[in-house]
Amino acid sequence: MAKILGNRALGENFYLLTAEQENSARRGQFYMLRAWEHYPVLSRPISVFDADGGTVSFLYKVVGKGTELFSTLKEGQEITLDGPHGNGFPALPDKRRIALVGGGVGIAPLYLAARTYKEENPACTVDLYLGFSGQPVLTREFEAVADGTTVNVGGFVTDDIDPCAYDAILACGPTPMMRALYRKCTKSGAKAPLYVSLENRMACGIGACLVCTCKTDLGRKKVCKDGPVFLGSEVFGDE
Amino acid sequence: MSERLKTTFAGIPFKNPVVLASGTCGFGRELDEYFDIGRLGGICSKGLLSHPHGGNEGIRVWETPSGVLNSVGLENPGVDAFIRDDLDWVNAKGTVNIVNLGGHSLQDYLEGAEKLNGAKLDILELNISCPNVKSGGMNFGTKTEVAREIVRAVRAVCRHKMTVKLSPNAEDIVSLARMCEEEGADGVCLVNTFLGMAIDIQKKAPVFQNVYAGLSGPAIKPIALRMVHQVAKAVHIPVMGLGGISTWQDAVEFIMAGAAVVQVGTATFMKPDVSMDIIDGMERYLEENGYGNVEEIRGIL
Ligand SMILES: Cc1cc2nc3c(=O)[nH]c(=O)nc-3n(C[C@H](O)[C@H](O)[C@H](O)COP(=O)(O)OP(=O)(O)OC[C@H]3O[C@@H](n4cnc5c(N)ncnc54)[C@H](O)[C@@H]3O)c2cc1C
Ligand SMILES: Cc1cc2nc3c(=O)[nH]c(=O)nc-3n(C[C@H](O)[C@H](O)[C@H](O)COP(=O)(O)O)c2cc1C
Ligand code: FES
Repeated sequence: MAKILGNRALGENFYLLTAEQENSARRGQFYMLRAWEHYPVLSRPISVFDADGGTVSFLYKVVGKGTELFSTLKEGQEITLDGPHGNGFPALPDKRRIALVGGGVGIAPLYLAARTYKEENPACTVDLYLGFSGQPVLTREFEAVADGTTVNVGGFVTDDIDPCAYDAILACGPTPMMRALYRKCTKSGAKAPLYVSLENRMACGIGACLVCTCKTDLGRKKVCKDGPVFLGSEVFGDE
Repeated sequence: MSERLKTTFAGIPFKNPVVLASGTCGFGRELDEYFDIGRLGGICSKGLLSHPHGGNEGIRVWETPSGVLNSVGLENPGVDAFIRDDLDWVNAKGTVNIVNLGGHSLQDYLEGAEKLNGAKLDILELNISCPNVKSGGMNFGTKTEVAREIVRAVRAVCRHKMTVKLSPNAEDIVSLARMCEEEGADGVCLVNTFLGMAIDIQKKAPVFQNVYAGLSGPAIKPIALRMVHQVAKAVHIPVMGLGGISTWQDAVEFIMAGAAVVQVGTATFMKPDVSMDIIDGMERYLEENGYGNVEEIRGIL
């Protein structure tokens, strides 16, 4: 059990929850969160928003029963954090220009990604493209860890980016958004590899039940264990 | 661990009567990072087919009140890959190794059983009850006389101890279990998932591509318990009971209803090491109630 240090409402049903737990969480990984005993049955997969060795935080949006229960948690209460799980975003030591594209709550894993890519290679530029359907959240925090931040409200964030201007592009958000971005990258002849973080429904979260698998060019893979991050060409390549 | 939980099932010694259910624990490797799976009574593999299979498209899991619907459709690497990559690892764990075998046709089942004859394992669990495969699977397991053909043919080939995993969607689960006994099964295992459905009212379409899916978890426990009770009364071969077990109290109920061994499935999704809590809780219960061995409470009702 992890002690909750804060659980702040950010508007538009977004919340930022911080908890105390020793961890080695990396960008793009996720935890299975649980703040109840038996019901709802399944724990909820939520990406790491930020982490240092002793705390981990999550940016989540209330969309149903589980996230609603999370939103009622108060400082000092406890939550079960099982993780970190998944492969996370790759190291990009030789990429100078990196774009991070997020739609909706898919922006969540991009904060730690931006922060750590800059820390690992201060010479690289990291641009964020954030798409919101309503009022944007945490834009100042995002701006502080990136070189350029483009915020799109109500439109298609994929319209804002020129894929040819980058050496690597990472995306997280609704599947149609990531698919559109993949198509845009291929059409424009961009050389940058596109990495996408998938959000399939999960049960175990650890690779034991196969409810989350996705089709790839090398057969089916587990989103929770082999992913959630895949090359766009691996998962959207045959379309 | 004490002697209290030791038991035997079809002549095979179990260090305790708690087994992880097929399809909810992979081949054990992932959960072994949470606890030593050697502490389990046994572990049952993901349902295998003679050949690798990709399973169903579309959404595969849907949460329901106190349960989950799943439609994995027997995605699996095939018997050969399992034997090559995982079998030795499981055997080295020192827990009863149960291998779950499915099939899309009689031919499929026989091929799988033959391949497994050459492998070291403790029990072959013949799955005639998967609701998520369209050709075969549960269709074999709902009508006693159709199921008889499969059980008889596989029994004739299989050199291992063999249990049959029964579908709660069977027309008559008691007659199905009796048939298994008649055909020489060493035990029966019940229940698999209940056929269920969910509809996406925004899309006005079924959630699952196969329309129907299998319901598991606490929601099914009372029905599963009733079926285990009925079957245990009707047959002389041992029964593995499962369906919605998520606490040690649930496990004790199944044993009292007549199960020799219980399996834990969906509950592992709630807490990866829940099986360890169940083992510890049963042990405490037996001790506090003055029982020397778990068999003293088996089928007392
Ligand atoms: C790897 C991964 C990382 C994620 N990271 C975040 C994050 O950082 N912030 C955030 O707000 N959300 C994230 N999500 C989505 C989040 O898991 C769902 O919004 C959440 O599970 C909804 O739960 P609920 O009980 O509120 O909704 P309900 O609709 O009541 O949930 C019912 C069931 O459906 C599942 N489910 C519903 N929506 C989704 C979805 N979009 N993706 C996967 N499963 C879903 C739930 O897990 C649950 O099992 C992530 C999903 C995955 C797979
Ligand atoms: C995701 C999932 C996959 C399953 N796969 C199999 C399988 O391959 N073979 C099988 O015999 N049963 C399979 N089952 C059924 C379980 O082994 C068990 O019979 C059922 O879930 C009821 O028990 P429970 O309520 O404890 O989960 C699966 C169940 C789930 C939830
Ligand atoms: S959620 Fe169980 S294998 Fe991915």
